[in-house]
Parts: sequence; structure tokens; C-alpha cells
Amino acid sequence: MKEDRIERAERARAKKAALGEDIAIEDYGTGKEHDALTSLDEIPEEYKQNLLDAGIEPSERERSGSFLQRDRSVIFSKVKYPGLELMSTTDAIEKYGWLKEYLWKAIPVDQDKYTAEVELDQTHGYFIRSEAGSKVTMPVQSCLFITSDKIRQNVHNIVIAEENSELHLITGCAVSHSVSSALHLGVSEFYVKKGAKITFTMIHSWSSGVEVRPRSAVVIEDDGTYVSNYILMTPVKSLQTYPTTYCVGKNARATSQSIVYASGDTKIDVGSRAVLQGEGSKAEIISRAIATDNARIIARGDVIGEAANAKGHIECRGLMLSDTATIDSIPELKATRRDLELSHEAAVGKIAEEEIQYLMARGLSEDEATSVIIRGFLNVDITGLPDALAKETKKMFDMSLEKVM
Amino acid sequence: MLKIKNLTVEVEGKEIIRDLNLNIESGEVHVLFGPNGCGKTTLLMTILGFPNYKVKKGTITFKGVDITDFTTNERVKLGLGMSFQHPPEIRGVKLGDMVNIALGKKEGEIDESMIELAKRLNIAVEFLNRDVNLGFSGGEVKRSEILQLLAQAPDFIMFDEPDSGVDVENIELIGKIMCELLDRNKLPSKRERSGLIITHSGFVMHYIKADRAHVMLNGRIACSGMPDEITKRIMEDGFERCVELCSVKGAC
Repeated sequence: MKEDRIERAERARAKKAALGEDIAIEDYGTGKEHDALTSLDEIPEEYKQNLLDAGIEPSERERSGSFLQRDRSVIFSKVKYPGLELMSTTDAIEKYGWLKEYLWKAIPVDQDKYTAEVELDQTHGYFIRSEAGSKVTMPVQSCLFITSDKIRQNVHNIVIAEENSELHLITGCAVSHSVSSALHLGVSEFYVKKGAKITFTMIHSWSSGVEVRPRSAVVIEDDGTYVSNYILMTPVKSLQTYPTTYCVGKNARATSQSIVYASGDTKIDVGSRAVLQGEGSKAEIISRAIATDNARIIARGDVIGEAANAKGHIECRGLMLSDTATIDSIPELKATRRDLELSHEAAVGKIAEEEIQYLMARGLSEDEATSVIIRGFLNVDITGLPDALAKETKKMFDMSLEKVM
Repeated sequence: MLKIKNLTVEVEGKEIIRDLNLNIESGEVHVLFGPNGCGKTTLLMTILGFPNYKVKKGTITFKGVDITDFTTNERVKLGLGMSFQHPPEIRGVKLGDMVNIALGKKEGEIDESMIELAKRLNIAVEFLNRDVNLGFSGGEVKRSEILQLLAQAPDFIMFDEPDSGVDVENIELIGKIMCELLDRNKLPSKRERSGLIITHSGFVMHYIKADRAHVMLNGRIACSGMPDEITKRIMEDGFERCVELCSVKGAC
């Protein structure tokens, strides 16, 4: 089985991805190992702000567990609450024979050269599992951090919420200021069992020399719920990702919200796909994209309805702040039977003059009015998160926005 | 409080207001009548300083300051305020956010005092959490506008059709709050705030007594007089005849 996987990966080694410009993986080195920490707070001062910017709390306050991978080394991994498990995926594979039932089950190992690379030269990633029935509303935080120049980080993450459990995860991806270029390859497989729930809040805090190719998929069983909130506000050299959520179970629910603010020469191709295979399953994809400077954004949404009484909706909105930027908004719907309902709305535009004037008539200056409108545009209601986490997410969002505006 | 002298205004290259003069003293409320397209809204937008309304000639003086070249927010800081007839929808900006902005707070939550303020206009808490003007009914738009003005508390307030699309019950409520905003409940000598009201139907005038009425025709103030008399003439004879009678007899 394992051999077969490696063979398939070997064959896909040069396989270009369907989307996104091709990256020469070999241009990036493998990096060196780093020593482990005994507490997250020991991370050198110079990196603390990087962590905070990615929504990671070095003090571990209000977190049920923390995981930090620096370059190719897991330097911290600890869980504070019973009912939760957290460790490096490499360790988990060794520890649990049954994990092979989950490895590359949601994403084909030979999807493209990036998945192949992660299989052939995996450098950890996180494994998180909530035990059946356990409900820890406090989030686990995991951080994938790049601190060395010209290296690649090849992580494979696996998150499993066992039956009737609840798992909340904040993932922050960050890069230190000393890194001029790097490649992040991240494979993430999520498994939401019967009646379980996973919320996944991810902040990408890259810089203009970093190339990023996440490959994510989610499998939701009967009555399971998956909520994803994705925030990207800082520049990145190029990023392409198209996470797919398979609602395989009856009444499986998926919500995906993404907020993207692209500036500088950022190139982003980001989408969200939901495949509705379970009877009565439901997906909602919401995206907000702002392009300024010379940024290029492709915002994709795709819902495929294959089951009775399935319901899917895509809402894509784009806001153009520059004449040298571009936004492509591509919503797609595919139905394979009669008794389902799919819809989409998409709009791209500029800030309306009359909205600015209206706010000025209430006392704001033109700049203040513009910033209120942008903030409002990006302000999607965060639903499905525990109150404290929703507030926290809102805070992270405000903070990231503050930085770019 | 507000003095407009020989004002000529162009919108997209077309002259809409010609040589208009208007003087509104402190504590006075004036009402502006006129047929569609005569320039009423243009006058209000020009006083507010919206950039599409180009002043070609004349001056606008507010509280003794020549504000002709001021930006909208500079005018608002001096004490101007406006209730819009068709305000824009702004996604993600809640009515509660607008109230905080009107209060001069850049950020803030929906707190008890705001909820109390909203209650006075029959506005529920949930309504404060809705994106401003998005899917609001005609009456809801008006109440939302008045609520923002209550928070803003301007010294000079312009109301563009505060009674259009409002049901009878709410007109009374809006009229009452407008009276309060314009110091109408105070003795005439104690009134400080002033206002200018555009109304088509004149319904709201049942609840708020104006000091003076004007009829606007073709970009000019064609006649002025006591509100009751002007209203009566317009109802009986129409705008143009009212103006004609005015000029012949000096009746109003």
C-alpha cells in the first residue's frame, strides 16, 4: 500500500498543477532543523509579532493546545485539554497504524507535483483529533512558520473530529522578515465524522517573496458540520489553492468564507469547491476580494450537486481599488439531478462615490469614509464559531486590516 | 444662520440653479415647495457640498463663515446635517455603525444609549444590526435617517422628502422628532437650530410648523411667504399660478 503511494507520487513528480503558474520546487532547499521549545513563549522576541500577526497567541492564553512548526522542525506541540490529541503527523503515522486509512484519502497523492513532493519529502505537519463526544470550544492553535531563506516547507496535516465531537482550530501561516523567498506546500485533510463539527480559521501572513500551494480537502459524514474562515491580507508572490469539501453524509453542512486583500504584485488564485453527495447536504461559499496596486486575483467558487434535496449557494464579491489590478470572478454550478437547488451571485465593482459622500455627510473625511466602506465590504458575518472564538476572529481580522490600510 | 447669495449651480455642465437667494435665520424653519426637477434637491446637495454640484457663481455663508469651497465633512463639522431622500446602501456597514459615526465615534458597539435612541423611532435592536439601507422599506429609510440625525445633532438640518413613502402612524412620529431636532418645542425666542424641509405632499407640515415657505421654479425661488397661505395657493391653483398671483398682487 505504502509502496503504491510512493510509486504514484514518483510518477507525478513533474506533473504540473491544473491551476496556477508552475513553480520549480528544486529552487528551494530543504532547510535545517531547529531545537524544540519547552513553552511557546520561548520563541525569540523577533518572531513574536510574526506569530501574533498570524493569529497565534505565544502566551497560549485561551487556547486548548498549541503546535508550532519552524521550517522543517516541530518545535512545540502540547495539548492542555482532555479529549484532544495533537502531534506531528510523522509521529502520528508511526503511532497509529490506522492513520493510513486517512492518509491521501481526501486528496490524491498524484494530484500534481506539489502533492507528490509532500509525500516524497514530507516535513511533518500537524495531526489533530478530537475524541468521540468531546467538545472543547476553546480553539487549538497551529502555526507553520518559515524563518530560513530559500527553503521549502512540505507539511501534511490531518484533522479528525470523531463522532459527535467538536474541534476548533486556528492555523496561522507566517514568515519571518529575514526571508526573501520560500515555498510552502501544505496538504490538509479534514475528516468530520457523524454529528461532529470542525471550525477552521486560517490566517495567511506571508510576504512578497513567498510562493504557496496548499492542497486541502474535507470529508463530512452524516449531520457533520465544517466551517472555514480564511483571511489573507498581506502580499504574497503567488498563491494557488482550491480546497474541496465533500459533503458525503446525509445533512452534511459546509460553510466557507474567504477574505482576501491583495496588494503590490500579489498573484492569487483562490477558490472553494463543494461536492454535495449526501441527501439534504448544504454548502455555502462566500468570498470577498479586494485588489489594489498591480494585484491579480482569481476568485473561484464551484458547487456540484449530486444528491436529493442538496442546496448550494455561492456569493462572490470583488472590489477594485486600482486600474492596474485585476479580479476574475468565476462561480460555477453543476447539477446532476432535478431535486436540488444551486445558486450564485457575483459582483465586481469600485467604491461608489455616493457611498463616500453619504459617510462624509455624517462627518467623515474622504479617507475615513473609504476605509469604512472597505472594512464593511470585507465584513462578512462569522457564523458557526463559539462566541469567544468569533470575537477573537473578528479581532484578528480587524488587526490584519489595520496593517494594510 | 444660512445665507445664500446669487447662487448659480451646474450639474454635469447643465445649469440647474440660477441666481438664487435665500436667508434662514437662527431658530427658523423654512419649507421648500416646487415641481419635480425645479432644483430643490440640487440646492440641498449644493449646501451640503457634494462635488458633482458645481457652484459657478455666488456664495453660501453658514454661521458667518463662507463655506462655498468647503468639503462636505468640513461643513458637517460646522453643524450642517441632512436627511437623504434616497441614501445609498452600504454593505457591511450597519445602521448602528452609522449612528456611531454620526455621534463622532469611529468605532463602537451598539450600546444601551443607542438602543434607547432607536426605541424613540420605533427601531428595534436587530434593525441596528442590519446593513444600512439594504432592503429597508421607504418608511425605514426615513426613520434611519432621522435616527442618525438625532445622534449627529446638527445646528442646521435639511430634510429631503422626510414624509415620502411613510405610513400615517410613522409620519406623526417623524414629525414629532423633527420638531425636537429643530427646537420647535421651545419658545420662539429660545430656538437656536434651523432647518430647511423639502416636501412634496406637505403631510409632515401637519406636525411641524414652519416659519416661512418658498416656491422654487426653474432653479429660482419664485415666491416666498407664510407657509399656510403658500400651501393653500399651491393646492388650489398649482405652482405656476401661485407664483403668478404672488408677483401680481404681492399676496404672499
